[in-house]
Amino acid sequence: MCADIETILDRYHWDRTRLLDMLWAVQRQQGFVSDGSVAALSKGLNMSRHDIRETLTFYHFFLDKPSGRYPIYLADTVIARMQGYEAIREALEQACGCRFGSVDETGTFGLYETNCIGLSDQEPAMMVDNVVFTELTPEKVRGIISALKQGQCLEEIVNPGGNDRRTTAYVDALVKSNIRGRGDVFFRAGRDYPALLEKVLDLLPDEVIGEVTLSGIRGRGGAGFPTGTKWRLGRDAEGEEKYVICNADEGEPGAFKDRVLLTRSPADVLLGMIIAAWAIGSRNGILYLRAEYGYIKAYLEQQIQAFRDAGLLGKQILGREFDFDIRIQMGAGAYVCGEETALIESCEGKRGTPRIKPPYPIQHGYLGMPTCINNVETLAAVSRILEEGGEWFRSMGTGESTGTRLLSVSGDCEHPGIYEIEWGISLHDVLEMVGAKEPMAVQVSGPSGECASVAQDGQRTFCYSDLSCNGSLMIFGKGRDLLDITGHFMRFFVTESCGICVPCRAGGVDLHQKIGLIIAGRASSEDLDDIRSWGALMRETSRCGLGATAAEPLLTTLEKFPELYQEKVVQPEGVLLPSFDREAALQGHEQAYRMLVQEEKQ
Amino acid sequence: MSIDISIDGQVYKARDGATLVDVAAENGVYIPSLCYVRGKPGLGTCRTCSVRVNGKVMTACTVPVADGMDVEVSEPGMAEMRKMLVELLFSEGNHNCPSCEKSGRCELQSLGYELGMMVSRFPYRFPVRTREHAAKQIWLERDRCIFCQRCVKFVRNLETGQKIFSIDHRGSRASIEIDVSLADKMPPEQVREAAHLCPVGCIVEKGVGYNKPIGQRRFEIKSIRERALERKCR
Ligand SMILES: Cc1cc2nc3c(=O)[nH]c(=O)nc-3n(C[C@H](O)[C@H](O)[C@H](O)COP(=O)(O)O)c2cc1C
Ligand code: SF4
Ligand code: SF4
Ligand code: SF4
Repeated sequence: MCADIETILDRYHWDRTRLLDMLWAVQRQQGFVSDGSVAALSKGLNMSRHDIRETLTFYHFFLDKPSGRYPIYLADTVIARMQGYEAIREALEQACGCRFGSVDETGTFGLYETNCIGLSDQEPAMMVDNVVFTELTPEKVRGIISALKQGQCLEEIVNPGGNDRRTTAYVDALVKSNIRGRGDVFFRAGRDYPALLEKVLDLLPDEVIGEVTLSGIRGRGGAGFPTGTKWRLGRDAEGEEKYVICNADEGEPGAFKDRVLLTRSPADVLLGMIIAAWAIGSRNGILYLRAEYGYIKAYLEQQIQAFRDAGLLGKQILGREFDFDIRIQMGAGAYVCGEETALIESCEGKRGTPRIKPPYPIQHGYLGMPTCINNVETLAAVSRILEEGGEWFRSMGTGESTGTRLLSVSGDCEHPGIYEIEWGISLHDVLEMVGAKEPMAVQVSGPSGECASVAQDGQRTFCYSDLSCNGSLMIFGKGRDLLDITGHFMRFFVTESCGICVPCRAGGVDLHQKIGLIIAGRASSEDLDDIRSWGALMRETSRCGLGATAAEPLLTTLEKFPELYQEKVVQPEGVLLPSFDREAALQGHEQAYRMLVQEEKQ
Repeated sequence: MSIDISIDGQVYKARDGATLVDVAAENGVYIPSLCYVRGKPGLGTCRTCSVRVNGKVMTACTVPVADGMDVEVSEPGMAEMRKMLVELLFSEGNHNCPSCEKSGRCELQSLGYELGMMVSRFPYRFPVRTREHAAKQIWLERDRCIFCQRCVKFVRNLETGQKIFSIDHRGSRASIEIDVSLADKMPPEQVREAAHLCPVGCIVEKGVGYNKPIGQRRFEIKSIRERALERKCR
C-alpha cells in the first residue's frame, strides 16, 4: 500500500467513520483522489472500492480526477448575478485560458461553478483551495490569476499581511463580517466565560433545561423545534454515549450569519455546546463546518484549544466530574448535509443521505446514540439565556417567538450584512432598516422559504407562525427578473438533491424544465396546473425537507406574482402544445435513425 | 401487545410497532409498494407506499403502527400521488417493456398496471446511460434502474460483508455501479437472488435471458396486489 495513504489511515485510526477526513487528507496531498488512492483506502478500511467512491462522488468538492493545481469555484448565486457575475466568469476564462468545467492546458487552473458559499454580502466571490476572494472585479481576477501564474502562493495573495491563520485578523483579511444592526443577545464584548460556566455547572442539568424551556427559544436552523423540549428528550434518552452536534453547515443560499457568529463570537457557540452537553449528559461534541468555511477552521481550532487550556473543555471541566470535548468535522460540499440526519451520516464518513424518520437523532443519532443537534445561533443564544435568564430572553420578541434572531441580508439594499432583529418586527420595518432600494420581492429563508411580495406582505411579521425566517433574506428591487431568479433557485435544488427518493430526484428536474419553458414563452396554462400539482407531490411525498421545499420558489412566485407567469403563457395553436418543439422532435428522430444505421454498419 | 388502528375508517387489530404496510396487507388492505421487501427494513426510496398517517403523508414501509393511528390509503388525492410517483420512475429512465428481459416479472411494470397507468404525464427524459458488462455473470442495464437501493443494502460479499453494488454521484446524476472483482466472486445462487431482488430489469443474470416464456411469468399469473395480499415473504 502506498505509504502516504497508510499514514493517513493511521492518523484516523483506520476508522471508516472518518472517511471524509481521509479523503480530504488525500486530496490535500495529491490534488485529487486517484483510483489508486481509492484502492488503497478500500483495502485499509475493508470496504469495496465503489463503497469508497459512493462517498467520494457524493460531495461537490471531492475530486476524482486531476482538476488543476488551483481548482477555482466561482459562486453562482442570484445575488452574484445581480452584481457582475457574468463579467467575472468571462475574466476568469480569459485569464486562466480554459472554459468553466475544464482545466487549462498546463494543468494549473480548473474552473468550476458552485452554489452559495456564504458570502452574499460581498459578492461576487470565489473559493480557491481553502481560501476565498470577495467583491471580485474583472481587474481583481486578472491580478489574482497573474500573481498565481508568476508563482506567488495563494496565502500571500489573500493574506498579504501574513496574519496567523489561527487569528481573527486572518479571517478578517479574507472576508468582512458586516455586522450592521446590533441587539441584546449576540456579539457582546467582554463576556466572562469561565465565570458563566461555573454558574451553569452549579445548576443541575434539569435546572439548565428548565431555564432553556422557560426562555421559549426555538431552533434557529429552520425547523423551529423548541430547544428545551429537545434537550429534555436528550436527557431522558438512553445510550452509552450521547453526542452534541453544532450544525454549521449553513448551506441555505443567502445565509451567512453562522459564519459571522463563528468569526466574531466563537466562544458563545462553544459555550452553548458545553451547556448542551451538561444538560443532556454528553462527553463528545462535533462542530460540523461546511467546506466553504474552511478558512475559519484553524481559527476555530485555536479557540477550542484556548477553551481546553482554560479548563472549559476536556477532562474534569472546571474541576468537576464532567468531561466534554469537541472536534471539528469538515463537510465537503453538499447542501443536504445541513439536514440533521444527513449531517450525521456525513459525520460517520458516508454519503449525506437523509435517514428515515422516526427514529429521530435525539433517540438514535450519531453512531446510533442519542444526539442533540443545534444550529450555531441557537447555541450562541443559549449561552446568553443561561447568563441573563430565561425570563429576560422571553421578554423580547412575541409570545410564541421569543428573543431575537440574526438576519443575513443581501441583494438590493444600502447595507447588506448581519442584523439582529426582535421577533415580531414587520417586513416593511426590516426593509426600511436595511435601506432596501425600491424593493419588489423578498426571498425569506432562501430558496427553501418563500418569495414575499413587498406590496402584499409588507405588514407581515417575522415570527414562527408567519415569516419564520431561517436567517436568509434576499432583496430584489424593481426591475429584477423574478422568473430568472426562480429558475436559478430551481436549479439549485436539482444540483443539491441527494437523489435517494423519487419525487425530489426526478420531480425537481421536471419543474426546473417547466420554468425554462415559461421563460422561453413556450408554456400554456396547462403547464401552470402541472407546476401546482407536481409541486404538491414533491412537498408531500419527499423524504426530507430539501425535496419538500424544492418547489417553493415556483409555487410562491406563482402565488404572489401570477402576472409574471400570465404574461409569458401562450395559447396552444391547433392540437399541439406550445411546449412541443416540432423541429427538435423531428431532429431527434433523424438523429436516432442515423445512429441506428451507423450501429448496423459496425 | 395488540392495538387498534384505523385504515380508511375501518378499525383493525395490529401488533404494536409492526410495519404499517404489513399490517395493512395482513388485514387485506393493499398499499402499493416498490422498494420494500417484506421482512427487511424499509428503504423509503420509491415513496410509492405514501399514505396519510394522522393527516401527514408518510411511507407505509417505514412507519411502525401505534395505537389509535388514523391511516388514509384510498383517498383519491393520495392514490393519485402514488400513481404519479410510478409515472415519474418511468419517465426518468428508459423503459421499453416489450424488449425487456424482466417483462412480466417486473415490479415496476406490474405496479404500473395495478395503478391503471396508461402513459407518464411527465416528459420522458430519454437519459443516456451506459450499460455495464464487465462482470462475468451480471450485466447492468442502467436504463432501467430506479435507485431503489435494494441491491446496495441487501447484497453483500458473503465473506467480508463488503458492498457489491453502490451508487455513484448524487441527484439526477446518480448511477448504479458494480464492483466487478467482488461480483465475480458471487456464487451463482447469489447472482440469481440479486437479479430477482432487483425490482426491475437492471441487474440481469448473463446467459439465462428469457428463461421463462412470456405469459407464464410471476405477475402474469398473479398480480402484484394479489401477491402482496398473500402475506408471503418474497
Ligand atoms: C435541506 C436542509 C438543510 C438544512 N440546513 C441547515 C443548516 O445549514 N443549518 C442548520 O442549523 N440547520 C439546517 N437544517 C435544519 C436541521 O435539519 C435541523 O433542524 C437543525 O440543525 C436543528 O437545530 P435547531 O433546532 O437549533 O434549529 C436544514 C434542514 C434541511 C431539510
Ligand atoms: S427529498 Fe431530495 S434530498 Fe431529501 S432524501 Fe429525497 S432525494 Fe434526498
Ligand atoms: S424494467 Fe420493468 S418497466 Fe422497465 S422496461 Fe423492463 S419490464 Fe418494463
Ligand atoms: S439495480 Fe435494481 S436493485 Fe439496484 S438500485 Fe437499481 S433498481 Fe434497485
